[in-house]
Formats: sequence, C-alpha cells, structure tokens
Amino acid sequence: MSNQQSNRFFFNVDWITILIYIALCTVGYVNIYASVPSHNSADSSLFNFGSNYGKQLIYVIAGLVLGFSILLLDAKFFSVFSPIVYGVTVLLLIIVLIVGRNVGGNQAWISLGGGFRLQPSEFAKFGTALLLARYISSFSPKFRDLKSIAFAALIMGIPLILIMLQPDAGSALVFLAFMFPMYREGLSGYFLLIFLGMIVLFVADFLVPLQILIPIILAIGGIFVYQNKRKQKVMFSAIIVTIVAIAYLFVVRIAYEKILKQHQRTRIELILGLKMDPKGVGYNVIQSKIAIGSGQLTGRGFLQGTQTKYGYVPAQSTDFIFSTIGEEWGFVGCFVVIGLYLFLLLRLINLAERQRSTFSRVYGYCVASILFFHVFINIGMAIGIVPVIGIPLPFISYGGSSLWSFTILLFIFLKLDSNRMGFI
Amino acid sequence: MDNLFNRKYIVQGLFIVVSLILLGTLFYIQVFSDKYFLSAESNVLRKLYTFPARGVILDRNEKVLVQNEPVYDLMVIPNDVKEFDTISLCNIIGIDTARFKKSFKKALNQSRFQPSIFEKQLSVDIYQSLSEKLYRFPGFFVQSRTIRQYPDSIAGHFLGYIKEVSPTDIERSEGYYRPGDYIGKTGVEKSYETALRGKRGVVNMLYDVHNVPKGSYAEGKFDTSAVSGEQLISSLDIGIQKLGEELLKNKVGSIVAIEPATGEILAFVSSPGYDPNLMVGRQQGNNYMNLLKDPNRALNIRPIQGYYSPGSSFKPLDALIGLQEGVIDENTTFNCPGYFKVGNHVTKCEHVDGNIALRRALARSCNTYACYVFQKLLTQKKFNRNSRVAYDYWQKKVKLWGLGDTLGIDLPGERKGRLYDGAYYSKKYSKYWGYSTVISLAIGQGEMDATPLQMANIMAAIANKGYFIKPHLVKSIGKDHVIKKEYLKKNYVGVDAARFGPVIDGMEEAVNSPWGTAVASRIDGIVMCGKTGTVQNPRGKNHSVFIGFAPRDNPKIAIAVIVENAGFGGTYAAPIASYITEKYLKDSIAPNRRDRVEWMKKQVILPAPPKPKVKPKAAILDSAGKADSLKKSINSAEPKKTIDLPNIKNPTLIKHEQPAKQ
Repeated sequence: MSNQQSNRFFFNVDWITILIYIALCTVGYVNIYASVPSHNSADSSLFNFGSNYGKQLIYVIAGLVLGFSILLLDAKFFSVFSPIVYGVTVLLLIIVLIVGRNVGGNQAWISLGGGFRLQPSEFAKFGTALLLARYISSFSPKFRDLKSIAFAALIMGIPLILIMLQPDAGSALVFLAFMFPMYREGLSGYFLLIFLGMIVLFVADFLVPLQILIPIILAIGGIFVYQNKRKQKVMFSAIIVTIVAIAYLFVVRIAYEKILKQHQRTRIELILGLKMDPKGVGYNVIQSKIAIGSGQLTGRGFLQGTQTKYGYVPAQSTDFIFSTIGEEWGFVGCFVVIGLYLFLLLRLINLAERQRSTFSRVYGYCVASILFFHVFINIGMAIGIVPVIGIPLPFISYGGSSLWSFTILLFIFLKLDSNRMGFI
Repeated sequence: MDNLFNRKYIVQGLFIVVSLILLGTLFYIQVFSDKYFLSAESNVLRKLYTFPARGVILDRNEKVLVQNEPVYDLMVIPNDVKEFDTISLCNIIGIDTARFKKSFKKALNQSRFQPSIFEKQLSVDIYQSLSEKLYRFPGFFVQSRTIRQYPDSIAGHFLGYIKEVSPTDIERSEGYYRPGDYIGKTGVEKSYETALRGKRGVVNMLYDVHNVPKGSYAEGKFDTSAVSGEQLISSLDIGIQKLGEELLKNKVGSIVAIEPATGEILAFVSSPGYDPNLMVGRQQGNNYMNLLKDPNRALNIRPIQGYYSPGSSFKPLDALIGLQEGVIDENTTFNCPGYFKVGNHVTKCEHVDGNIALRRALARSCNTYACYVFQKLLTQKKFNRNSRVAYDYWQKKVKLWGLGDTLGIDLPGERKGRLYDGAYYSKKYSKYWGYSTVISLAIGQGEMDATPLQMANIMAAIANKGYFIKPHLVKSIGKDHVIKKEYLKKNYVGVDAARFGPVIDGMEEAVNSPWGTAVASRIDGIVMCGKTGTVQNPRGKNHSVFIGFAPRDNPKIAIAVIVENAGFGGTYAAPIASYITEKYLKDSIAPNRRDRVEWMKKQVILPAPPKPKVKPKAAILDSAGKADSLKKSINSAEPKKTIDLPNIKNPTLIKHEQPAKQ
C-alpha cells in the first residue's frame, strides 16, 4: 500500500462512526463486567479471560482488527462476491439445522471445536444485505413491478424462513428490517402501511372481541368507500382491503393456535397484558423492569446495582444487558446510550444518502435498519413493551458472533463510504 | 429521485419517534414511578431480627418475680426445604404429620423465601437432640428466644402474662410487632409493655437470587442491635404475697396491702389464682382455656374488678366526714335502741348499746350511730332541705376518698365501683326522696360498691391522716430507678389531719379492746387499727371483710381482705389481715399463732351452688335477711339490714367452727 493510498484511507473513513462504535463497545464491556455476579477479589481483575467480560475484551479487540482488515479490502470485493457470501450464509443456515447445537431451545449454533461456536443467523444479516444491495443496484430502481418485489422478497425470505425453522423467530423477524431500504428505493409506502396495519390488527385481535372489531373495520371501510364513491378504482381497493382485513383476523386466530408454540403464545399474551405470570415466562421481563426502574434518575452507580450484582435478571449479560445500564446508570445512562444509537442511526442514513452508488446506499440503509430493529426490539423487551424475542443489543451484548457480525456489517459500509468517490 | 430522497426523512423520523417512545417508557419506570425501585428493595433486602431479652420483674426487695428462660423456635425457609425424613423430624419435636403439614403450609403461605416459625418454644432437651440432626433437614434452623419463668409461681394476676401477638395487636402497633412476636396481655406485663419489651435489633441483609446471603446492606448503616427490656422493681413483697396466696387458697377473695406513705402495693392477691407458669410455653393455649372454664373464674382480677359493698368498713368515713363538717364531735353520743328508725325505714343494729359515743360506736360497728351521722350530714341547714344538693355534697366528699371511680392503678382492667350522684336518685324517685331513702349508704350497703383496692386505699388515706398516693404496682423502672411523677403527688381527701384521732382510736379499739369486733386478730406488739365488715351477698353467704392499717403510729401497711361467702368479718378476713401484717412488720409470725395460720390455709370456702354449705352461723345469717336479693332490695328501696355478728371474744372459738368442707 502506497503512502498516498494510506493517507486517503484515513482521511475518508468516517471516524465519528468509528468513535461511536468504540464508545458502544466500551459501554458493553463495562456493563458486562458489572453483570458478572459478585466480584470477589480472586477473579475481579479486569483481564480475567475465563470470565464473560474477559472474553468480551478479546472479542472487542478481535472485532476492531476485523473491522480495520475490512477497511483494507478493495471496495469492489463486496459487490462482486455478494452472491457467494449470501450463498455461504444460506448454506450455513442449512447446515446448522442438521448438525447445529441446541442452545436454549434454538438450534442456532455450529460448534467449531476448541470451545468456539458460531451463530450463522448473525452472519446471514450482512450476507442478505450485500445481495439485496447488489440486486437493487443491478436494475434501474423503483419497485414498480411485482417481479422485482418478489425477487427482493425472496432474497430476504430464504434466510428468514431458515432461521424460523431453527426455530428462532426473534432473529428471523430482524430480516423484516430490509423493508426500509426497499422502501427507500421505491417500494410503495402502502407496503409499510399494510405491514403496520397487520401489526395493529394482530394486537387488536387479542384485545377486542370480534363482534366489536368487525363492525369497527366495516365502519372505517364504509366511510372510506363513501368518501371515494366517485373514484371507482379507489373504492374497489377499499372494499378489498376491508374484506382482507376481516379475513386476516380469522387467519391470525387460527395461526396463533396452530402454528405458534406455547412459549411464544405466552410471551405475546404477557406483553398484551392478557396474562400475569411473574414466576414463569414473565419473570425475565419483570426482573428486568425492576432492575431498570430501580436505577431511577442517576442510577445506583457502577457495580452498585443490587439486582445486577445478585443475579436477579436472567441472561443479563446477553439479551438483558440493558437492565444493567438502567440499574447502574439510571435514566441518564439510558438516555446517553439511546442517544448514541440514535446519533449512529441518523448518521448512517446521512452517510448512505451521500453515496454515489446505489449499492452503497442500499447497503447503508440495510445496516441502519438492522441496527434499528435490534436496538428497538432489545430495549423494548427489556422494558416490557415488546415480546421477549432473544436478540442482542448491537455492540453491547455479550457474545462474539453478534459483535463480529455487527462489526462486519458496519465496517463494510464504512469501507464503501470511504470509497464513495470511486466506482464500484 | 427527489421524491424518493425525501423518504430519508420518513425513515429518520421513525428512528427518532421510536427512540422517544423508548425514552418515554424509561422515564416512566425509572423516574416517575417508584414501584420498581421498591420491588428491587424487596427482592434483595431481608430484615433479620434479633430478639431482646424481656425486662425482669423484681419484688420490692429485688427478689426475682419473673425471669427469662431460653427456648428454641424451629424456623423454616420453605424455599430451601429439600426432601427429607419428615417422620424423624416429627418424632424429634413431638408432633404428628398432620400438624407438620399444617405448619408447613402456614409457613409457605407467609413467605417462600423468608424464615417463618415452624414450631414454637422447643425445650432445651428437644433442642439438643434436634441440633445434632439438623443438617438432615435442609431449610430448617433454630432460633433462640426467651420465655418467662416464675420461680415462685406467685402473683399471676399481678404480673400478667405474655402471648404471641394477634393480628389486631399488629395492626394497632402500626407495624411495630411482627407475627411471632410476644406482647404483654394482662397485668404489669401489659401496662409496662413498652419498658419491658426492649428494642428489637435489625440486621439488613442482602440476598442474591439463589437466596444466598451476600452481606449487610449499606455496611450496616441501618442495622441496630437488640436492647434488653428495662428491669422493673415492683412494689410487691414476695413474702406476704406468698403468704396471702396460701391463706386464700381454696377460698374466693382478695387481699390488697398498700404502703400508705408511698401508695406502693405490697400484696395483690386474687383467689382463686393460677400458676403464672401455666401461661408460658407450648401448652399456654390449653391451660388458658381450662382457666376460662373455672367456675370460680380464676382469671378475674378481683382486687380491681370485684365489686363488694364496703359494709361496716365504710363507717370510719361517715365519722370522718361528720367530724370535718362539724355535725358531730368526738364526744357526740347517740342512743342505740337496736335499730335506727326514720319514717317507715328501719335499719337494724345487731346490738343494743344505749347511749354510745364515737369511738365505741366504731369499735362495735354500731349501725345506729352511722345512720345518725348520715342523717345529720344530709340535713345540715345550708342545704335548705334540698335533699339532692345535700346528697351531691355528701357524694362529692365520699368521692374524694377514691370511691365511685377508678384510682388509676397501673394495671389494665380496673373497674370503677359504684356510687351514684343525686341526679340518679332524682330520676329514680322523682322529686320525693331524702336521706332516709338512701340511709343504707350510711352503713356501706345499698347502691354502693367498692373494689378491694379502693377499700385498701381508704385505709391508706386514714393511715396517712388525710391523703393517699395513687396506688401502684411498680416502684421503679430500669437501672436508673425512675419513679413516675404521679406517684409522688398527695391526693387529699378533704378531712383535716386533726380530725382523725377519735376515728383511729375507734379502729384501734375494734382490734385491741375486749369489745372490738376483731379482737381475736390482735397482734402482740403491734397496734393494728381496723374495721370488720360482714357484707351482704345476694348470691349466697355473706362476705367476710376486714380493712385496717398498722402500726397505729407511723403506719407501714394498709390492708383490705375480702373472703367471699365466709360470713363474719372477724372470723376470716381479720385474722388473715393480721397474719399478713405481722409477717410484713415482724418478718415472721409469732410461734403461738403459727398453727392458726396453718389452719387458715387449709380452710376450703368455695361456693358450690348445688350443695349449700352448712355452717354453724348459717341460721343467724338467714334470719338476718340473707334471703333478700340485693337487687330486689334496691328496686324496692327497702332499707338494708346490716349484720355485724356479736363479737367472738374467745379466739379459740374459731377452731370450733371450722366450716364444713366440700
């Protein structure tokens, strides 16, 4: 690498994003350290590599090395090899279904020997993001024809279904995040609205009896039809939507009973407040809320959180790491962390928009959307407004697979961004 | 392209909105609501209590009345219990499996993670065999605490007992007591609860999710150590208390002895009593139920709850008020033809004494004399023949002596006695009533009741020549010997000290002169002043009453003795009073009287309705109007007939008339 090249390299990389990345990793390390039950003098060294926090330090350092290695690759590489990367991750998802290790009810891990194991669903995210970006950039955009929408949905759907089969509904749902880049590239806003409508109706189906819900839908549909009685086409679609909406209610009921597993049903019921179960499935959420709530405005202070110290929150260093932040750093700490994420997300969108190539832009949107989904769902479940679906908090949760996959995801985009003046 | 570029703002806007939703929710659960904070505290904090030793109660000479004895409560934390040999645990602590299940369920209901009492008050023996095997019963442990122990088994009514707190107690204490705590339920244990109970110690411990203790909360900043209860020095004298209880054994009655100068209660006997040790330990409930069933109501605290007409023992008051008001002087003489008659009302006197003066009238307990004084008091010119004003004036004077209201003894359950005001009689008899209507009050009968405590208190006031100190049971509290201020205050009875001479003379004669009613109870070397009473009892044989004080100069003891259904006051009450007085003043009873003490202890005088007692004196009493029910007499406003039996001058006579034993 010539001197000039390296200058350019350092000049063009978005250092602000890297600083936020490092800040979030640090927050993660500190809070994983705090989450280890009771520090006694023997193993409280910051560099105890047998412990979670010790391992996380290695993961973070390895992640940084990995990230900077990515920055050294040629930007064209990602676009060119995206089908292969996608293919490999899909293959891994299939392999994991056959030889995977069952951890916590999900067959999501491939053992690599020597105590290391890999979670292919994490890596499927950037594989899918790359291929989607490549596909969208390959034709002159605007999702107007059904064929392109269907193909894009297929790219997104294959890993989604494979992960569903593990079964890991939480990780699978993350793939819905790819709707945002598609939306940005011209997918009709109606898709998002329909998606939103499906969620609203799904929730309403549990909370409101059918004999009230159906008349409400009919009334809304009726008003819409009446107002558009001169526009035949709109009126027609309104009638269709109304019918589909009512049919959907029944489909949800049947699907809920026949397809979802008991523990998934319970989680949904708990979130919707249909069930109280403080000792069972709801235990995690209740303890997590207690821990976060007990932090109050300024938190109990580093290593002072009693709920954290004494192990009241299960899975605290992984899926419920946010409860440690909430308890020990209080609302102020939560505000800072959410602020960091929001800043990162907004910046990623701005970076994506300054790309000259569609591939880079779409990929940037993919990264922001996936991070957004993770942050929203993870924090949401920690404070009890989203069902418990075990997905990690990016850069903060304990675990090598998730940290590295997010690192790869992010640094590929940083590489693309640093190269934005060139051609891919 | 411009159009699609704008979608950036929609996506970014969505990110911002969702972040705000998250922050809003966080603000609610972290800052706005303290529900989660409190839940966090209850997750990790457990308060472990250490129990203070309850204060010891001593007698006036600092001999132990109540002390503490260690017992062991078997505790359980249901969550820690694993499979174990239930039968063997049941065998060791001596319960059956049904009880085991019940106790375990109760503990489980109380809390899964907090220790609850599984079985209370195991003895040292059980504890020793249990502690060897305790490791086999995970989740169970032993906590020591102390229970009360009464070395002499006396003064149950006085001391009271402690019991596990009831839900109402807990509620009333506003959270001070917790289930399993003990609280004084009656007696001194109750009235001095706050001094005796001490202060519970608290250790705030942090527990992790596996219920493993993780050290103390905030470095023990909020922990306190247990402070033992204060020691109480009671006013009681073990010696005479014990003697009193023995003397009243198998009899129904009371003894109250007061030190006049201080108001301290020296003896407080209520018979039938019970062994206070019955009210301790695992059998407390059963024992209590048995006592409740006692036909003679052993749980009644007769000295402060028993109602008796004062009878002749009221006569000194007549005389003292008369002297103070100037309606008589010490030489005033009335003629006693064997009765006192006004209008149609006739009050009988048991002896015809002819012209009789004050001293002798008291010594011989002359009804006629008392009635004349009463008549004179209520017909003073200043009342203008207004009988209600006159009566109220008299009643006010009498009330100064502590009659008709509680004295405020430091013991729960004191009753007022009975003494009506003029309004009561005006309502009852319309406007037409006068002193003659209520003449029986002159001889302490009729609509007047006093507790034994009130009677003893009157004696204390006479002994002090004009005042009494509020009678109380506790000499001092704690190591600093605190004395309540109210126990230093003199309550004056409205009679000048100079007026007491002739009355005290009369009372001295009653015990010490050949014509006195209680001469059989004279103590060699001690000048005792007193007054016998034989009190009509609507439900059976008359009650034997004696009140008095000794010695005459610088009195040390004022006493009231009531033996129910024992007849004439000189026969039972007076000798009992004399033995106690002698024992208190001389520390022992003269050898020539000891066999009489033993005889007295053996007497059985218990009311047994289906089998009326036959006693030599029964005939006299019956003829004297025992058949009249007191209630009936009140309603018909008939004058009462008070009977003081002829003096038994020969002390040996008592031996001849042993009452028939049941």
